[in-house]
Amino acid sequence: MSATPAIAVRDLSFAYDGALILERVDLTVLPGEFVGLVGPNAGGKSTLLKLILGLLSPQRGQIHVFGEPPRRAARHIGYVPQFPGFPRDFPIAVEQVVAMGRLGQGPWWGWTRHTDREAARRALAAVGAEGLAERRIGALSGGQLQRVLLARALVTEPRLLILDEPTANVDQRAEGDIFDLLAGLDPRPTILVVSHDIAFISAYVHRVACLNRTLTCHPTDALDGELVQHLYGTRLRAVAHDLPGPCPGAHRHHR
Amino acid sequence: MNAFLDALIHYDFLQGALVAGLLASIGCGVVGTLVVVKRIAFMAGGIAHSVLGGMGAALYFGVDPLLGALFAAILSALLIGGVRLAWAAQEDTLIGALWAIGMAVGILFIAKTPGYATDLISLLFGNILLVPERALWFMGVLDVVLLVVVGLCYRQFVAVIFDEEFARLRGVPVAFFYLLLLCLVAVTVVLLIQVVGLILVIALLTLPAAIAGHYLHSLGAMMVAATLLGMVFTSGGLALSYGPDLPAGPTMILLAGAAYVFSALVARLLARHRAAQRARAGG
Repeated sequence: MSATPAIAVRDLSFAYDGALILERVDLTVLPGEFVGLVGPNAGGKSTLLKLILGLLSPQRGQIHVFGEPPRRAARHIGYVPQFPGFPRDFPIAVEQVVAMGRLGQGPWWGWTRHTDREAARRALAAVGAEGLAERRIGALSGGQLQRVLLARALVTEPRLLILDEPTANVDQRAEGDIFDLLAGLDPRPTILVVSHDIAFISAYVHRVACLNRTLTCHPTDALDGELVQHLYGTRLRAVAHDLPGPCPGAHRHHR
Repeated sequence: MNAFLDALIHYDFLQGALVAGLLASIGCGVVGTLVVVKRIAFMAGGIAHSVLGGMGAALYFGVDPLLGALFAAILSALLIGGVRLAWAAQEDTLIGALWAIGMAVGILFIAKTPGYATDLISLLFGNILLVPERALWFMGVLDVVLLVVVGLCYRQFVAVIFDEEFARLRGVPVAFFYLLLLCLVAVTVVLLIQVVGLILVIALLTLPAAIAGHYLHSLGAMMVAATLLGMVFTSGGLALSYGPDLPAGPTMILLAGAAYVFSALVARLLARHRAAQRARAGG
């Protein structure tokens, strides 16, 4: 594995309409890691993802993805949004949606090619949704749609997979299925997944980053109920984030 | 109807009208589908109405009004698109303003045009029987431009219409294709103005594609079906209007409107029927 981090966020601050959303955030994710990003609503999770994806630009600090600025690295990233950015009644079949992940590869002109179709079928098979290829996107259940969005992100065989609450709109069994699927991907990309369910994801991820405007990291074996209460509860400011080791940026947050 | 077919064989102006309708239908099918699916009918309406400014100015300065229309349509498409990309909140206000300002400019120019002989009503509501042969060639060229651009960039258009954020992440120049789409809408508006005038354009642009969308679930199929429906409405409206000597444009629009209402009701009933069947099968 190369020594270049998959994600390197340094001293990042971001304000939107005068409100400070992210304050001096540091985060390093190494190639091959499976990192969970948790935190309360409006804590800045989706904003951080959008910055890493290059959809937003930081006012202060730096972001590198595989050593490149986010815009340049976008071709290495697969992204699964929290809410699908399209109307459900759009007249399009699942296979076409997945093949869209391969835009930007091959010539810029022309229609969906045979190789795009085959890649889409492979990606659907990888998420256990090969039977859905011909279905209309609006005819899918919440869990099926989530698998299709995952296939769209995987169709380019990304080195980094970023998921924003991939299980917010599915039932508990489908939630487990999707995380099992992520853990079993082969080859497994580096994964950064946002979740509100800290207890659930700690069974899967190596490390949890807690974001509530500022960011702190914890190895998963240090997670317990008290921490969760601290993260979401009123005593948040009293937490001494004092964990050594795997999170190079954590120390900045000592108070 | 037989009287219409008989006249069609004998009169050049009717043949020209029929061809104009068929040529316009290609634009209305291909671009109309994109407009309906992207839900930018109001935007298309704004572009259509602001065209009067360009036509009026062209008449005043003695230029071909079609060129004036094309220029005004593309200018307002770029203005509306640019504002939408820069600050989305003001989009509908700007479209409304451009809509009215374009018409006001056009009326002023027409009022001051020396030796004014243009029939304002035929600009607003179209006069398909007066389409000159030169305009037919112009329409043919615009159709070819539309088909080539959509054919070459089909994947990019679908991606930008379907999910702008994802398209941006995949490196598609979203702003460029969004503005290009609006320019295609502008070209189509100019095509359709020949047939039904600028007030009625919006109906012919959206209704055939909307009817196709009731039953079809792929963009390509919708484009083909909407083109065929557009041909049925323009030719049918022309035929229906001939006997009682009605204006052709409004007749086409009423035919399309009636078909749309009927189709919407049928689609509703079908959906209810299917849901009931599924519930029975499930219970």
